[in-house]
Amino acid sequence: MSKKIGDVILDVQNISLAFGGVKALTDISFNVREHEIRAIIGPNGAGKSSMLNCINGVYTPQHGSITFRGQTFDHMDSHDVATMGIARTFQNLALFKGMSVLDNIMSGRNLKIKSNIFLQALRIGPAEREEIMHREAVERIIDFLEIQAYRKTPVGQLPYGLQKRVDLGRALAMEPQVLLLDEPMAGMNVEEKQDMCRFVLDVNDEFGTTVVLIEHDMGVVMDISDRVVVLDYGKKIGDGTPDEVRNNPDVISAYLGTSH
Amino acid sequence: MFYRENGQFKTSYRADQQIFAITQDRVGILLLIAFAFLGVPLLADEYMFRAILVPFLILSLAALGVNILVGYCGQISLGSGAFMAVGAYAAYNFFVRVDGMPVIAALLLGGVFSTLVGMFFGIPSLRVKGLYLAVATLAAQFFCDWAFLRVKWFTNDSASGTASVSDLQVFGFGVSTPLSKYLFCLSFLVVFGLLAKNLVRGAIGREWMAIRDMDVAAAVIGIRPMYAKLSAFAVSSFIVGVAGGLWAFVYLGSWEPAAFSVDRSFQLLFMVILGGMGSVMGSFFGAAFIVVLPIAINQCLPVLGHLFGFTVDTAALTHAEFIIFGALIVWFLIVEPHGLARLWSVGKQKMRIWPFPH
Amino acid sequence: MGFFLETLLGGLMAGMLYSLVALGFVLIYKASGVFNFAQGAMVLFAALAMARFAEWVPLWTGMVDNRLVTTSMAFVLAGGVMFVVAWTVERLVLRHLVNQEGTTLLMATLGIAYLLDGLGQSIFGSDIYKIDIGMPKEPIMAFESTFPGGIMINKEDLIAAAIAAALVIFLTLFFQKTSTGRALRAVADDHQAAQSIGIPLDRIWVVVWCVAGVVALVAGMIWGSKLGVQFTLSTVAMRALPVVILGGLTSVPGAILGGLIIGVGEKLSEVFLGPYVGGGIEIWFAYVLALIVLLFRPQGLFGEKIIDRV
Repeated sequence: MSKKIGDVILDVQNISLAFGGVKALTDISFNVREHEIRAIIGPNGAGKSSMLNCINGVYTPQHGSITFRGQTFDHMDSHDVATMGIARTFQNLALFKGMSVLDNIMSGRNLKIKSNIFLQALRIGPAEREEIMHREAVERIIDFLEIQAYRKTPVGQLPYGLQKRVDLGRALAMEPQVLLLDEPMAGMNVEEKQDMCRFVLDVNDEFGTTVVLIEHDMGVVMDISDRVVVLDYGKKIGDGTPDEVRNNPDVISAYLGTSH
Repeated sequence: MFYRENGQFKTSYRADQQIFAITQDRVGILLLIAFAFLGVPLLADEYMFRAILVPFLILSLAALGVNILVGYCGQISLGSGAFMAVGAYAAYNFFVRVDGMPVIAALLLGGVFSTLVGMFFGIPSLRVKGLYLAVATLAAQFFCDWAFLRVKWFTNDSASGTASVSDLQVFGFGVSTPLSKYLFCLSFLVVFGLLAKNLVRGAIGREWMAIRDMDVAAAVIGIRPMYAKLSAFAVSSFIVGVAGGLWAFVYLGSWEPAAFSVDRSFQLLFMVILGGMGSVMGSFFGAAFIVVLPIAINQCLPVLGHLFGFTVDTAALTHAEFIIFGALIVWFLIVEPHGLARLWSVGKQKMRIWPFPH
Repeated sequence: MGFFLETLLGGLMAGMLYSLVALGFVLIYKASGVFNFAQGAMVLFAALAMARFAEWVPLWTGMVDNRLVTTSMAFVLAGGVMFVVAWTVERLVLRHLVNQEGTTLLMATLGIAYLLDGLGQSIFGSDIYKIDIGMPKEPIMAFESTFPGGIMINKEDLIAAAIAAALVIFLTLFFQKTSTGRALRAVADDHQAAQSIGIPLDRIWVVVWCVAGVVALVAGMIWGSKLGVQFTLSTVAMRALPVVILGGLTSVPGAILGGLIIGVGEKLSEVFLGPYVGGGIEIWFAYVLALIVLLFRPQGLFGEKIIDRV
């Protein structure tokens, strides 16, 4: 069964971002189609995380705009981005260390919780029913990610690979349309990577979630992504299917170096 | 052996999410509350009520409020004394100026005013954090110190600058004997404790903790930092304000702004640190510790001094208090930064596997 | 106009003293990333030590007449005491709290403040003591030609300002030009990273707290000479906090400028605004001013911008 890739859902236009004298991104443009898996690759320091941070509203670019589902913004507000249906994971895991796995993933549901503070204080009726409803949704995610045994453990005590799953779980809890994954497989061994790949593919398959994926492992990128963007020193040097990018001379010289 | 969850299976999420999920805990807490309402009145004498139990209850409430702001939401506040003052003076003005205002209503209205002031002085938390925020809250503290001293209206234009209430009546019962004061404060504490626990284990509690742990990530998953921080200030100030009203009306009876000075703010903060930040139980532990400590020092030190052959005068006692206090804070922070509550839960863990060592 | 200038000058002088205390805060923060709530207690402790030593040294050495020598010896002894304090704090407290978060360290310094308060008064006594370092008490009348009657300037304040200025210049040079200063700045940035390149954390911290202790001693000496050494001196720290915030936690010139601004602001507002609102506003003026600045510049006037990385 082949996947139906839709129209452009996210369009990044001419984004430039600088910190003082350091140019993190220069005139980056690319688009993302609905239901596809789009990889962003490039050497370290190429500006990949900065790009995601711009989409999320963590950084504000000096130039350029981002269009999501037809609406154009020149800077994104983190909260609005989340409400619009864009979720992400973080390269350095931004988990809430003081809370358990369950609470961390539940925090991803906060967007959808409607009961106000007074109802929550009394914890009766609508507030209690809502908690239980969201707990059920979160438990489905916990089942999906196979972390049932750890749900009450404080996340700080979990090994790195499991923490990465919790990070993913929290993002999934938001029921996003677009999932931004920042090096979800960093620091994992082969088995863990296979598990993570499986999760990403399942999410894309079952829920149709569009995935934008930063990743260093070329095998993973070539295997699971539909299209690839290549960044180097803040500039775009390649854009296309994995095969096209693999044979692009600029990409080859950026990664492997050319002989002079 | 006795404290095991063996055989206690939860078959619904509702059961799993209860406040006291383990049966032994539930039984224990019910017994404790029953003892507090029925047993203590039979056992305690007037001194215990006046000097230990009533201040413990009211300061526990205040510490609970401070813990919500500092421990759960991670916003350092050194202005809690001021919020207690606002609660106290607002309640006083409602009580004295409005005919027939019931005591409980006055106290709750005091809390509402404290909420407003708390949210106002919480605005800086949207821009700054950590130490800068602590200094901003000190602005609240000193401003309120001055306002309640200089603005005569707050004290009903009394000549001496003190405010006082007497002859409190709640639903026809007088609140003037030590026992009735104790029961009055205990009721407040139990009710507020339950409400607070519901908040911190619910969605808003998770928002607060998310802001505390990593506010950038919190924004990205759709939590509004402004709402979370201001709501923490609001809830915290409400509880602290009501506690301030209780302190003034029930414990002191007649008070001056100095009762709510920056020393009070520090005292509440210490309760939260020693008791355990981010823990409802911790607030109670911390309050108990700090209420009992000076009394313990006052009783024990002269005895110790006698043993070693020197007399301990009152000045030396105060200094000793300071020294022991400071040393304890430092020691706790090194040994167990999560406070007495962590020691308690570690103890419970050991109880679960007793008599096995691990 | 003459009165305004007098108030202004008075404010500048008071501000200089605030700057001195603020300097101690900034030093420790710059060098160890710790905000030392105990700075005020250190001022009191140092001043108490100085005052009592000044009394006791003549008794110990029999040199009752030579005030200059005995006072200098008292100063050195008090400095030694501050060194012991610094060493103890590093050994017993800081060493165990390496890389804990800022809040924990802040609370720890709060604990140290209480400890020093109690300890100082136990060892040195809790009466009001005098420090007499021979500073002239008579005011001088300046600018008598421009303003009728002249402007009253306190000689004592003038000398205090000069001492403070000298100290500041010395410390700024120390931080910028010496290798120890560089090491201190590295430690402030990242304890573990500094350790990993071989900077001896424990020795650095002893140095820093020692320097802060000496600054506290000088501040305590001057304040104590003016006001008498008593318990309330530790609340001086509370008045210096907004100075530090206003200037920016990491900036030595910020501490100076902040102190001057607050000193002047307090005096002027007390004299010209105070009568309208019932007086006594200096207990909150500095804080509210700092608060307003914080809303527009969260890092203070000269502080470094804080960037959060995700």
